[in-house]
Amino acid sequence: MSDATIERHRPRVPPRRPLRLSWSDERVRGAVWQALVVGVVAAILWWLIRNTAHNLEVRRIATGFGFLWREAGLPIGEHLIDYAPTDTYARALLVGVLNTLKVAVVGIVLATLLGTAIGIARLSRNWLLARIASVYVEVIRDLPLLLQLLFWYTILQNLPGPRQALNPVDGVFLSNRGLKLPWIEWEAAHGAALLALAAGAAGTWLYARRARARQMADGQPRRVWPAGLVLMLGLPVAVWAAMGAPWTVDRPALRGFNFQGGLTVSPEYFALLVGLVTYTAGFIAEIVRAGILSVGQGQWEAAQALGLRHGQVLRLIVLPQALRVIVPPMTSQYLNLTKNSSLAVAIGYQDIVSIANTTLNQTGQAIEGIAIIMAVYLTISLSISAFMNWYNARIALVER
Amino acid sequence: MAPADTTTRVPLDGPVAGVPEAVARRPPVAAVGPIAWARANLFSSWISTAVTLLLAYLIARAAIAFAEWAVVNAIWQVPGNQTQACREVKGIGACWAVVTEKHRFILFGTYPYEEHWRPALVILIFVALYAVSAMRRFWRQELVLVWAGALTLIGILMWGGDSAPRLLPQPWEQLLALALLAGAGFAHVRGWINVAWPAAALVFALLAWAGPVLGLSYVPQERWGGLPITLILATFGLAFAFPLAILVALGRRSGLPAIKTLCVLYVELIRGVPLISLLFMASVMFPLFLPEGMNIDKLLRAQIAIILFAGAYLAEVVRGGLQALPRGQYEAADALGLTYWQKTGLIILPQALRLVIPPLVNTFIGFFKDTSLVLIIGIFDLLTAGKTAIVEPAWQGFGVEVYIFVGVIYFLFCFAMSKYSQNLEAELNRHRRR
Repeated sequence: MSDATIERHRPRVPPRRPLRLSWSDERVRGAVWQALVVGVVAAILWWLIRNTAHNLEVRRIATGFGFLWREAGLPIGEHLIDYAPTDTYARALLVGVLNTLKVAVVGIVLATLLGTAIGIARLSRNWLLARIASVYVEVIRDLPLLLQLLFWYTILQNLPGPRQALNPVDGVFLSNRGLKLPWIEWEAAHGAALLALAAGAAGTWLYARRARARQMADGQPRRVWPAGLVLMLGLPVAVWAAMGAPWTVDRPALRGFNFQGGLTVSPEYFALLVGLVTYTAGFIAEIVRAGILSVGQGQWEAAQALGLRHGQVLRLIVLPQALRVIVPPMTSQYLNLTKNSSLAVAIGYQDIVSIANTTLNQTGQAIEGIAIIMAVYLTISLSISAFMNWYNARIALVER
Repeated sequence: MAPADTTTRVPLDGPVAGVPEAVARRPPVAAVGPIAWARANLFSSWISTAVTLLLAYLIARAAIAFAEWAVVNAIWQVPGNQTQACREVKGIGACWAVVTEKHRFILFGTYPYEEHWRPALVILIFVALYAVSAMRRFWRQELVLVWAGALTLIGILMWGGDSAPRLLPQPWEQLLALALLAGAGFAHVRGWINVAWPAAALVFALLAWAGPVLGLSYVPQERWGGLPITLILATFGLAFAFPLAILVALGRRSGLPAIKTLCVLYVELIRGVPLISLLFMASVMFPLFLPEGMNIDKLLRAQIAIILFAGAYLAEVVRGGLQALPRGQYEAADALGLTYWQKTGLIILPQALRLVIPPLVNTFIGFFKDTSLVLIIGIFDLLTAGKTAIVEPAWQGFGVEVYIFVGVIYFLFCFAMSKYSQNLEAELNRHRRR
């Protein structure tokens, strides 16, 4: 709005000189240098491509993605969608992508929670707590992630077998076969309740927006949480109850040599998740700490002088300013976590890298296999950074 | 005058108007000393007290459990691969015997046993090189000489005499190389020539002279392993990635659209994919890229992948420094009539790089750790050696002990670098503090 009213001072562009065909003209020099660099890069690429084509011909490897529709014949232990070794390579790779997303999404959520907690703990006035948090950060950041993953995986493998499984809480078993948790038997009512929750969240968001718009108009703050509670808790419960309120807990139990029932977290997934979360949390903790420290003491004091309560100061004054500092580096940590999940291949969790690697070993389609890995990660990276850029632009300081 | 009289006759032990009634106050609690410190930092409120007590209890339990496992019940040595004693204490005591038995293998891989002094010396040279480069008083052009000499010497030590290309086998030729070195050094000291020339002469002289004279036996690259590989990958990677990164960062800031596009593409593509995919590419695709018959060994391929990867990340750090430099510096350099390369080399880069030294060191730490990823393509670095050490049936199941040993080595290097970076940052920012 201000751009239209305030006349901006713009430096005037000097008039362009006529182009002289001489080395002393900077535009000529620029054009020559660019042509040279592009030419060299193109020549190298052409050389590589020609070599590759020749080598493929000699080794009788057909290029192309036709192999994707052949039968994979590779067993995959964990799959979110139905999969059997008789399915195609394309489906196997899709399973791999979903496995990567499974560990990345859960990892990002948990690492954010743990990292924020540790970052705040480092600023605690309790010396012991702050000290422990900083030792954690120092140690975890100075060890290679791959070493940590192998370490966790070895510890899980050294756990006793199912018969002597650790049983810290009733129904939870930890053994060298992984983690077993009780789980409810999934029925249509639960799915409907989840949908209702999503609808409730959307409704709450709309309500909050309207409440805010009306506050802007008449200055009266309106409470959002009662409506939110009804929409996000009451609605799903009502849907669930209306569909008969099914609730059967499926507890894992030892039968023979292994557990039956319950939710299984495989040792590979568990080790990968623990490794990624503890490692990334060390970096997130530092980002959170720097973000909070970046908000000046004066902001706290000014907000208190306005009569805001402690929670309001945090929510309305400090956090929005801290987030501005936190979000950009946090984005790169999320990207790092996602890319680091590719280390799964070292401990045998079948993510996209592991499955694509098996595929390229089985079919000999090295170029296509690596192209698929790179395309998947580029897509994920670009999506995360696009989302975070959008979020960052939303919370950025609006300057004139 | 009566009222005035009353005011002057105030009883000394009574209340005074305007002054709060003096309450008998207790003497202040100690404001300094360990007890005061503990009150302020450990027991300031009931919640803080509870946290302190709980954490102290947990730490004590963990420390006792760890001490029992790592020291009290631990087994430090077993006679000749008889791991029975270790298996008996499994779970309650550590088997450090695996480290006692395998530490040479973990540190040096399959390098010939009687020649282990060579990789050991290489490790020392690397550490000395880092230490010298870390000291600000050595930050001068001649450091290039030190690096060129040290890296060549490392190559000669690792490969051995026969392998070092015998460019100049004749004694008189070796003398000539030495004379060349002396001449270049002298010319540089007198300020006639750039430091790059003596550096090249030094490499030349070392190649010509050191290998044959030292009489080292040849050790093929396949037998190298352990810590030297990790240090080689990290150091050579950074030594080559850094100039690349500077060029790319300059290219990304340049006004020439084609060059800028190429640099942006390179940086964003590399940063968007995990290092593993580049390493896979190096191990399975590079052989396809090269003409038939031409082959480069696995370590070099991995090294190239690491250089390409590090180059993209370092380029972004360097670009941060270029952007942080005030515009006035660029304009002033232009006003002096300097050419692009004079401006960049004499005005821009010295200042821009100084600005980004702390993030550069942090990036270095990241790459030092990331070299461990070569495990996945089967190169024998420190972590791979550790993992291989416990493949032998007798030692299977003692991974935790080995990983702790390997972890301590990585930690020592990274911790030293990160402490150094923090100190350097404080020192470089000293002029800003009041």
